[in-house]
Amino acid sequence: MAHEFETHSYDVVVVGAGGAGLRAAIAAHDAGARTAIVCKSLLGKAHTVMAEGGIAAAMGNVWSDDNWQVHFRDTMRGGKMLNNWRMAQLHAQEAPQRVMELEEWGALFDRTKDGLISQRDFGGHRFARLAHVGDRTGLEMIRTLQQHAVALGIDVFMECTITEILRSDGRVSGAFGYWRESGRFLVFQTPTVVLATGGIGKSYQVTSNSWEYTGDGHALALRAGASLINMEFVQFHPTGMVWPPSVKGILVTESVRGDGGVLRNSEGRRFMFDYIPEYFIKETADTEEEADAWYDDKATNRRPPELLPRDEVARAINSEIKAGRGSPHGGVFLDIASRRSAEFVQRRLPSMYHQFKELADVDITAEAMEVGPTCHYVMGGVEVDADTGASVVPGLYAAGEVAGGMHGSNRLGGNSLSDLLVFGRRAGLNAAYHAGRISGARPSVSDQDVTTAAEAALEPFSDEGGENPYTIQKDLQATMQKLVGIIRKRDELAESLKELGELRERARHLTVEGHRQYNPGWHLALDLANMLLVSECIARAALEREESRGGHTRDDFPAASDEWGSKNLVLTSSPDYEISVREQPLPVMPGELQQLFEEK
Amino acid sequence: MGYDLALRVWRGDRSGGDHGDYVVEVEEGEVVLDAIHRLQATQCGDLAVRWNCKAGKCGSCSAEVNGRPRLLCMTRLSDFEEDETITVTPLRGFPVVRDLVTDVSFNYEKARELPAFSPGPPDADGKRRMMQSDVERGQEFRKCIECFLCQDVCHVIRDHDDNKPAFAGPRMFLRYAELDMHPWDTNDRRKLAQDAAGIGLCNITKCCTEVCPEGIKITDNAIIPMKERVADRKYDPLVWLGSKISRRDRREEP
Repeated sequence: MAHEFETHSYDVVVVGAGGAGLRAAIAAHDAGARTAIVCKSLLGKAHTVMAEGGIAAAMGNVWSDDNWQVHFRDTMRGGKMLNNWRMAQLHAQEAPQRVMELEEWGALFDRTKDGLISQRDFGGHRFARLAHVGDRTGLEMIRTLQQHAVALGIDVFMECTITEILRSDGRVSGAFGYWRESGRFLVFQTPTVVLATGGIGKSYQVTSNSWEYTGDGHALALRAGASLINMEFVQFHPTGMVWPPSVKGILVTESVRGDGGVLRNSEGRRFMFDYIPEYFIKETADTEEEADAWYDDKATNRRPPELLPRDEVARAINSEIKAGRGSPHGGVFLDIASRRSAEFVQRRLPSMYHQFKELADVDITAEAMEVGPTCHYVMGGVEVDADTGASVVPGLYAAGEVAGGMHGSNRLGGNSLSDLLVFGRRAGLNAAYHAGRISGARPSVSDQDVTTAAEAALEPFSDEGGENPYTIQKDLQATMQKLVGIIRKRDELAESLKELGELRERARHLTVEGHRQYNPGWHLALDLANMLLVSECIARAALEREESRGGHTRDDFPAASDEWGSKNLVLTSSPDYEISVREQPLPVMPGELQQLFEEK
Repeated sequence: MGYDLALRVWRGDRSGGDHGDYVVEVEEGEVVLDAIHRLQATQCGDLAVRWNCKAGKCGSCSAEVNGRPRLLCMTRLSDFEEDETITVTPLRGFPVVRDLVTDVSFNYEKARELPAFSPGPPDADGKRRMMQSDVERGQEFRKCIECFLCQDVCHVIRDHDDNKPAFAGPRMFLRYAELDMHPWDTNDRRKLAQDAAGIGLCNITKCCTEVCPEGIKITDNAIIPMKERVADRKYDPLVWLGSKISRRDRREEP
């Protein structure tokens, strides 16, 4: 059957309009490529908008001792040394320039007394390093990039979903998608696609992520023949809201702790002092006096344990709750009210103040917040070349959360926004260069591929009397939360794979009601296939890795192992979506960078 | 704890539609968007609604609740009586696409018409400096989450589609004011605000300020100062010329 579709031709098509996508598109445009941005939501609504704390960049505006080597070291140690060292290096070196560039495009960052961009403390960072705008830095970043992209005249396809990367002889030839509003199909003829689709959080029940986070880019890449790495590492942010139920999982920024907030259990104890791991013992304060003094004097005091990397804090909170020392609604207490003035809290954390006031009737300047871990970020993603963002599929690039390697087994707060800028730009530039190099021999889109993609997209309408996609999504979230969550075990992971197999079978026979015009049930049915594929990747890698490291904690293998610390798990898919896992040695860090870890 | 909520939701598309009456189970602490989602998941799988963050930060889920423009994710059920019927309808100021989803492309077209930020050169060391007090004026406007509730409620365009070509609306006036107050911007946006964006059509009824979920004082802090600066430029070319020559003066309010 022939399907109607509209056709567009570009040099670079960027999928996703968060920080990485917008930055990639700007870079591709600046390099002379005809560039399009395709995004599932309206422009400016991508998940980057939710980022709160700031952009990590060793600008040295507040602490002149800060430099890229310190930032690099913090990042690698935060990721428990599993990071791609080259990505971590480029990131630390280029982040300051990327932040200052945002100012050129109109961003209004908070200032130091001297009028420079101010920087705030965050977990795992030795110095106050996060450029910020109150606690709405993501909004500032996305608006700045959005306005700049619009000013450059880059074409934006809003509320448009890509369902397939098209290839010819193994190289990218285009992308297939549909308009959410009309349900009509589009084909992009393009030799390069930059995936900037974000993460996978919607596969979990309790998450800080929006509906868009269905692992689209991960799944598109896998189906196009690319590989994923580090998928077992999922970050549970230590502080999400826990009450009321409707807001469970919504993020409470790490800035609360960076600005002086502390965690307490039901007995009023600052329990983080009980959870300082051997790995960070030398750089973490062991008394409340030292911890409190650190905010003003970093030279003679060590960092408060509340500002350990996120994986450590999330596990500690989890343990306190399990031990029965939690708060009334199943979290722990996050207290800034007794530590800082109301004026300070309202100035530094305006959106947290607003969020708790409006949604939970809690005045955070007067009482403690209740918080608990929430699925926040996936460290794993498309395996890319560190310098260019290129995947193993010629013409396919990835940047931001959908790319893997940069953060190793655990991401430090603030390193995401800088990652988006640094690698978004690199992927955009290199996609443009690639398009230029092959301009005389662009792969062409085959009619057969378009027909196949169109039929796959319409598949959910073909069955009658099946389950609705919402039910299957709900069950998937329950499975992932229960069996592939913050603490994992072999038998539970094996069980999760069985349940995921059953869910996949059920999803084959789901039924969508209504027609193609702005139909969220249909959209979800298509996203669900991606969620199932990516969830299986997470579970398979988690079962394989028999150690605990960063965002992967195995109850049956509680320690980190040196052997596992030297390798990545790489996932690929066969054409009929059978996933396979293999081990691959980590890239070896050059001697001069290794020295940075030996000195201390 | 939980109760059955009577929900009336507009269903339809460009060709027309009607309210549908539904009963949805809801829990303590929920917001209207939760009820809409449960309706979607259990009774109307194809009910169209926009949303993203569900925390009042992205401005996607704008609609009208009992006739009042609101974010669905920030409208708590506890603001209503349990036996009260809650009516949810699409934004009236924009053409409907389907159910609660409207065509807000007007706002994106107006955004394209605005000349970009254009800073002067940085300081000699390559860095740029500005004082926190200067930053804060613009920051108030940059809190805008582009929910377009101000555009929806603005009566210059709410019931007068014919004004739309000549009027950019409160959201865009925030942008003009923000850029005009930016210490580094080198464009003079006052003529643009008057001619292209139609700020003169605004008669300061403050409807936009009332509905802003971010609490931005759109009328008092953006529109009125901008109108005054436009008037200043319009009627006193010498003042305008002087302000072009002296960098500092250009930044002062008249």
